[in-house]
Amino acid sequence: MTTAAVADVATLKAKAHMVRSEVLRLTEIAGSGHYGSAYSIAEMIVALYYRFMRVRPAEPQWPDRDRFLMGKGHAMIAVYPILADLGFFPKDVLDTYTRLKSPLGDHPDMRKVPGADFSSGSIGHNLSVAVGMALALEVRRSDGRVICMMGDGEQAEGQVWEAAAQAGFRKLSNLIAIVDRNKVQSDEDCATVLDMEPLDAKYRAFGWHVEHLADGHDWTQVLATFDRVFAGPREKPVVVLADTVAGKGVSFMEGTWQWHLGYLGPADYLRAQAELDEEFVR
Amino acid sequence: MSVAPTDMRESTVSADFDPRSWDMVGSLNLSKQLVTGRVLVELARTRPEICVLTADLGRPTQVRVFKEEFPERYFNFGIAERNMIGAAAGMAAAGLRPYVSNYACFMAVLATDNIRTDVCYPNLPVKMIGTHSGVAMGFYGTSHHATEDIGFLRSIANLTVLAPIDATSLRQALEATVDFETPLYLRVGRGRETPVYDAPIPGWRIGGSHQLRDGSAATIFATGNCVNFALDAARELAGAGIEVRVVDAYSLKPIDREAVLAAAAETGAVFTAEEHNVIGGLGSAVAEVLAEAGTGTKLTRIGFQDAYSVLGPPTHLYAHYGLDGAGIAKTVRASLAGR
Repeated sequence: MTTAAVADVATLKAKAHMVRSEVLRLTEIAGSGHYGSAYSIAEMIVALYYRFMRVRPAEPQWPDRDRFLMGKGHAMIAVYPILADLGFFPKDVLDTYTRLKSPLGDHPDMRKVPGADFSSGSIGHNLSVAVGMALALEVRRSDGRVICMMGDGEQAEGQVWEAAAQAGFRKLSNLIAIVDRNKVQSDEDCATVLDMEPLDAKYRAFGWHVEHLADGHDWTQVLATFDRVFAGPREKPVVVLADTVAGKGVSFMEGTWQWHLGYLGPADYLRAQAELDEEFVR
Repeated sequence: MSVAPTDMRESTVSADFDPRSWDMVGSLNLSKQLVTGRVLVELARTRPEICVLTADLGRPTQVRVFKEEFPERYFNFGIAERNMIGAAAGMAAAGLRPYVSNYACFMAVLATDNIRTDVCYPNLPVKMIGTHSGVAMGFYGTSHHATEDIGFLRSIANLTVLAPIDATSLRQALEATVDFETPLYLRVGRGRETPVYDAPIPGWRIGGSHQLRDGSAATIFATGNCVNFALDAARELAGAGIEVRVVDAYSLKPIDREAVLAAAAETGAVFTAEEHNVIGGLGSAVAEVLAEAGTGTKLTRIGFQDAYSVLGPPTHLYAHYGLDGAGIAKTVRASLAGR
């Protein structure tokens, strides 16, 4: 069995609303959380898990599964609710988020979380790991694919480009990288810290096929882009350069670096939830 | 010491927000002990060669204030730590005096080779402040913990390793080493620690330590948060008639040999307490001194027992691993009872 390939946008939209609402709730449990970078990827990870990736929630270690690596590990708070919803682990495990001995931390731990294909937390490491997994799947003649989600701030890490060079040189056609271009990082806007654009030209020069997703929150565009990316066969690794909005869905967070990390007191939690609900019914 | 309030001008949390809400800017109000930026601003006014480097952690490590004062001498390298350390070495070789401020995990653990090969082998005046050391990042998990940094760095020649534990001692360490011309690493916390000092440490020196409490039954050498916890343990033990000496081992390398040997001679049992793997850290440093002197002193190392931490809020982790006052007191009692 693989993930039910959910076709209708209404269902996907409901899942994205669930993800954003759960990020509010889990952050309340933790006392702090990464709203901004979780909200910028919500539509993309919902599309991946509910429509495009081949996984078996009852068999998390299925050798031929598609693998998802969260390079920007602090956004894993958005994936845990999906894994629970799909049945990788019971939903009540979510209630232990970040509490003593919980399997669910701010960053994923592959040894503790069923469905988490690798651990992360040190920015820039996961594309290298994805390269290794892609090579292993090739050697094993598996048709599994490896998807690595990275941040745009993450593109500053030299290791990303060591991995990109390796993948391009070896023509790893089973490797899909996604760069969540939400334009902000911890300290301020990416463009004022270290502008890594043009990423398009950089990845092309490193031997990758580049797909542009102009609005990572527009379902038509998200689905059309991933349709192309997952159609295969290709002869190169592919990177999706996805333009997104940090904190998408909560007006006072949108487009800000200030909500990379934060906490909403009860009144603001309700205000944010109301905004998410309003957007959902529209 | 008094700490200036956080500059809230860039916060998005306006007056109409829930008073309990905070964003990246507001979070800095929680880290009062990290005075690095403010002290460096003062020192840099008369020293144009001082510059500050960070890898997208200027706000949480509290050096952003330096940018306001000296924008041309503040360099945010983005999330590219190894490159930053190499560049700091280059700056030092070309006449600047760089201070690198980043999380301990994303400097001492991540860029150890650059620290060794680019900074310490050429013996360059680069100063590094590794914040959020130990398990201060709690439920962020092992990627954000630094329970190996003392071990890594202690084994690098030419490098001095100090551990100021609060705002007063961090200020003192920065001021005392401003003209230090060889590599230096300051291991500090997240800035949320309970202060220990309200005045500079008397007789502070590289290779020194400071006795915070005397006792005859045993000595606890502690570093970081564990200094406070050791004091808590000493108070608890005193209630049971057990008087222990507590020493802030603020110089991890070189270690204060005289203080270790004096403790062995005067109090017998020696304990070490650290938010670090017991292998390679303060416990190992003290063990080396005791063994080489042939004292035969019994040493008990309190810390992470060669294991990664589980997830959880820091205070819960300290209790879980027996690093808090009650845990240290329990270990001291058991050891003194021969168990």
